[in-house]
Formats: sequence, structure tokens, C-alpha cells
Amino acid sequence: MNSQVTAHRPQGCAKVSARSLSVHYGEKHALQAVDLDIRAGEVTALIGPSGCGKSTFLRCINRMNDMVEGAKVSGSLTLDGSDIYDRALDVVQLRARVGMVFQKPNPFPKSIYDNIAYGPRIHGLARDQNELDEIVMTSLERAGLLAEVKDRLTESGTSLSGGQQQRLCIARAIAVGPEVILMDEPCSALDPIATAKVEELIDDLRENYTIVIVTHSMQQAARVSQRTAFFHLGKLIEVSDTEQIFTNPQQPLTQGYITGRFG
Amino acid sequence: MQLLILTVVLLALTGIGFSTGRRRALAVVEGNPRLLHSLPNHHGYLVALWCGIPALLVVVGWLAFEPSLLHALVISALPPELAEMSDERLSLVYNEVRNVALNGQTAGSDAVAEAARHYLSLRQTLFGATAVVALVLAVAGLAWARGHIHRDLRARNRVERVVTVFLVMASTVAIFTTIGIVLSLLFESLRFFHFVPVSEFLFGTAWSPQMAIRSDQVGSSGAFGAVPLFAGTMLIAGIALVVAVPLGLLSAIYMSEYALPRFRSVVKPMLEILAGIPTVVYGFFAALTVAPFIRDLGTSLGLTVASESALAAGLVMGIMIIPFVSSLSDDVISAVPQSLREGAYGLGATKSETIKQVVIPAALPGIVGGVLLAASRAIGETMIVVMAAGLAANLTANPLEAVTTVTTQIVTLLVGDQEFDSPKTLAAFALGLALFTITLALNAVALHIVNKYREKYD
Repeated sequence: MNSQVTAHRPQGCAKVSARSLSVHYGEKHALQAVDLDIRAGEVTALIGPSGCGKSTFLRCINRMNDMVEGAKVSGSLTLDGSDIYDRALDVVQLRARVGMVFQKPNPFPKSIYDNIAYGPRIHGLARDQNELDEIVMTSLERAGLLAEVKDRLTESGTSLSGGQQQRLCIARAIAVGPEVILMDEPCSALDPIATAKVEELIDDLRENYTIVIVTHSMQQAARVSQRTAFFHLGKLIEVSDTEQIFTNPQQPLTQGYITGRFG
Repeated sequence: MQLLILTVVLLALTGIGFSTGRRRALAVVEGNPRLLHSLPNHHGYLVALWCGIPALLVVVGWLAFEPSLLHALVISALPPELAEMSDERLSLVYNEVRNVALNGQTAGSDAVAEAARHYLSLRQTLFGATAVVALVLAVAGLAWARGHIHRDLRARNRVERVVTVFLVMASTVAIFTTIGIVLSLLFESLRFFHFVPVSEFLFGTAWSPQMAIRSDQVGSSGAFGAVPLFAGTMLIAGIALVVAVPLGLLSAIYMSEYALPRFRSVVKPMLEILAGIPTVVYGFFAALTVAPFIRDLGTSLGLTVASESALAAGLVMGIMIIPFVSSLSDDVISAVPQSLREGAYGLGATKSETIKQVVIPAALPGIVGGVLLAASRAIGETMIVVMAAGLAANLTANPLEAVTTVTTQIVTLLVGDQEFDSPKTLAAFALGLALFTITLALNAVALHIVNKYREKYD
């Protein structure tokens, strides 16, 4: 089924585009001159050993690195052709377009409903209560959580199981209506069954959103992504179609990593 | 002096016990400590404990029982004409005997002089006996313990058991002291409620704790309704919280969310210095600076302000408890996981939206706990209100009038020459008990809330 979607995708349509993107944390050169295009409507997996810069790259896309003290970004990074690090750009609006799901599920200590409604409320997306209800329901539905929680929307988001919490966080991100969803190891705190559900969800979301996922699990990258980028020591080593990377890597480093010789 | 020498000798014996035990333990295994069950030092400690503890217990026992024993012996040896007097006269005579014997006062009569000589000789004998018993016990303990050292003796386990007992004793001292304080409050309060009914104390609205010294005196009836005092306490504590909660909370938010680390590292300790200023300093600041300022300000606005207004005391007390609110709030705000903040930022929330809608709600239980602790501190605070709040027991909600507080009244009831069984004095205990109950309840609620919150994120 992957090949079918790939066939219908307009070619050369880069949603996010990095050109010689570098990030310094103080003295540390965390990301070195990365050129990478993230294509619309597919899942791009970022893999590589710990500290390779894949999370740093991810956090550049919605400027979460702004909050890290001493972080300095150079090079260019564009979303639909406009510079993400432009001074005139409002980071709040950027983050409404680029949603994020974190490693550890982090529902707010509010009700399930309020968790989802948080984003639409701060961005003023709903004109009235009915519209807000609809956004919440649609988001839960898309995150595949509606059936499980529709009778307990007033319960605290923290009362859900780990896997449900993570899907709640995905629903929360969807509710703002983003174009890109960033996922930073979204399954690393989940058990295999919850992981399977989240992966299924990622696959469903692919049609409507551009997804970038950082993962430590190569099986996961192989299962959910269409393209895979391999990072090592702050450099982008290889990027290619996922199938290509896992069957016929061009770089010896990539070969070594995916066969488990290091990492 | 004699006691000091005895103690030093006993401690020296204990030290000797340690080195003897250590050497003996090594000798038993011919210098190879690996054959011993316990380290040589443990054997040394064990001998030292056997040597020191019983002897010191005897000395402590002597210190505890000496006065009452001497009293009984001297009284029983008094000539019959003195011995048949009433108890109160007898205790006066005994005091005179002690003064003659110890302070060189001239005896009023031969009988007293004789009793004083008797007192001194008895004291000397008793001390001598104690010293002998203690020394014998120390030496015997040392010899016995030394004789029982063998290679399988579990000296370590025994020493550790004794240490455990010491630790338990140390930790129970505070508990027993608290229980003692509560019981003394309780019993004195019961004596007070013997004079004044509980209902009058708790619900009476008039407070004028004047009791007649003689029963035929004019105006011999006092009023012991504590309501005005508690109302005054609550008024002042309320004003203090109105000052401290916004200031403390806002400064905590600034410190933990906005301030640069360098600014924070300078300002936070400075804020905490506020908690280290002696309350008496706050007191005269309130009485000499703030109260006149408020009075003058009120006068210029055409208001009548008492020179010792509740407002002045409350304001200064509020400044005093700011560190309680800000420090605790800062801690709980910093304890809100970074992932929650990132979650909000990731949805496009601004910093202030994140703080208002995510961080503060998450930290709220801890903040409430901090506020309650500050409140209990404000209610129990004494020095500021003694100096700045006045003594008039007005039942009013007007912060510009003078009110008085529970703590102020306790101080005034107990200052000066008092009979300790008059209702006036005993009222202080009843007030203390009521105050203690309130602050205890507040602390318990606060700790409960704070702990419940902690479980959530750790």
C-alpha cells in the first residue's frame, strides 16, 4: 500500500526544507550542516544512536529549541518556503501549524475534554461551544480514542493508561489543526500493545498530515515510515526511501547501524 | 564541683574501658583480628558501655532524687514545734534552712541553724554514697565485660543495639516534650474551665480578664469571652495573607519562570532573609514606622485611624510571611515537570498562557499547602502583634481600629506578678490550647495537601 500512496504523491513537494542547518548548544556542535527535505503527506523517520542530533533537528522545526539556554541555530529551515527562524515569524502561530507529541505522555492535569480543548481555546478556533465540542470529538475520533473515553470526558487526563495518554496527546495536537506533526520517540514509554495502536494511528494520520518521527526502534521506523533519515554525531549520513535504507543502505555507517554493529 | 570531678572520673574510666576492651579482644586472638566475630573497636565500645552507662545512670538518678530526698530527711529531723506547722509554713522554713546552708544567710533561730548543719552533712553523705556506688559499678562493669570477651562474642550487634536505643530515645524526646506541653495546656485549661464555662469562653463576646484579688472588691467579675480575640487574630492574619499571598505567589512565578538564573541566585536568598529577621524587629518597625504612617495617611484622607491599627500589624506580618509563600510556591512550581510546559508550548501556548493554565493549576495543591502553612504562622505570630496591635478587645471587622489577638492576650495575662491559680492566669492556658488546636489543624491540612501533591509527579 505504501507504493500506491507514493505513486500518487506529487514529486518534489517539500513541506519542510533544511539547508546547511547547524545547531550549537554552547560549545557543543549538536547539528552540523544538515540538508534534508521532509515531504508532505508521508511519514519521515529520523534514526540514529543517542546524541546524534535527530531530536535536535526535530525540535528545530517548531522552535522548541528556543527554550534551551545557549542554543544557536544557523542555516536555513523553511516551512512551505517561508523561513521558520525569520524574526517576523510568530512562534505561537508556527506551533499551531507544527504540532508535537513528546517522548513521555504529558497530558495536562485537566479533564480529558479540557486537554483536547486547550489548543483550540488558546488559538480561538471555535466560535461557540458546539463547534468546540465538535473539534474535541473529531480529534478524539481521529486519534482512535473516542470509543474508549466518550463516557468519561470529564475525568482527569492523567487517569488514563500510558498508551491512552499518548493517544490523548496526539488528539490534543490534532485539535489545533496542524499541518506537520512532530513525534519525539512517542512509543518509548509504552508497552508493545499500546505501541502497536499508536503506530496504527500514525499510519492513519499520514494522509492528512506530514509526520516526522524520531525513534530508537528500527523496526518501528520500518513499519511506520516511507522515508528514513539516518543521523550520526550531528551529521545527516543518509536519507532515502525507508525500504531502500533497510535493504540496501549506501553508506557503511548506515549499514553498521541498522545491522546492530553499533548504536 | 564535686559532681564535675565525679563525672570526669567516670568518663576517664569509660575511656580506659574502651582501650582495655580493645586490647583484650586482640589478646584473645593473639593479635589476629580476623578471628574475632566483631572488630576490636566494637569490643572496646562494649566494655566502655558496660563501664559508663550504669555508673552514669546512678549519678543521673542522684541528681533527680536528691532534692526531694533531702527535703524529706531534713523535715523529718526538725524539732517537733517546727514540724507541726502547716505545709506552707513548713516550706518557708525549709527554704530558710537551704538559704542558711547554701548561701550563708544568718539563721533566724537555733533550730534552723541546726537543721542547716544537718542539711549540709546529709548532702555530703548522700553524694559520697552516690560517688562510691557509681565508681564501684563502673569498675565492676569494666571488669565483668572485659572478662566476657571471647572470639565469638557478638560485640558489634550489641553495640549497635545500644546505639539504636539511643537513637530511639533521641527521637522520642521531641515527641514526649510535645505531649507534655499539650497535657499541661490541657490540665491547666480544665482548671480554667472549672471557673469559666467552656461555652462562655468559646462563644462569649466580651473579654476583660479582670479578677478581684479580694472577694469583696468592686468589679470583681471578669469576662472571658474569647470571640473578640479570635476575631482580631483572624482579621490580622487575614490582612497578612492578603498582603503575602499575591506578593509571594507573583514573586515565586517570576523567580521560577521568568528570572534569569543569575538574578534568581541573588534575589532568592535575599527574599529568604526576610524570614530570618527577628520578629521583634518587625514589631518595632510596625509600631514605630508603619502604624504612624497609616494613621497620618488616614487622617489626611479624613479617616479615623487608631494609632495601633489592625492594618499596620497585618501589613507588617504579611511582609514577614512572604518568604513562606514564595519559597514553598517556588519549590512546587519548579517541581512541575518540564514536559507539561513543553506540551503547552508545543500546542502554541504563550508563556503566560502556559503558566496560567497549565503550570499554576498543576502546582495549585502545593501552593495551597504553602499558604496554609503561612496562615498558621500568621495566627501564631506574637511579637509583631504585641508591639503593634494593641490590647483593646474590640469585636470589629474594621482594619483601621485597634484589635487584640490571642497571642497578645496570652502575653499580657502572664506578664507581671500573677497568682498561678487565678482564672486570669489560667485563661492564658485555655487560649494557648485553642490556638494550638487551630494551628495544628491548619498544619495537618497543609501537610496532607502537600504530600498528596508530591505523590503525583515523583
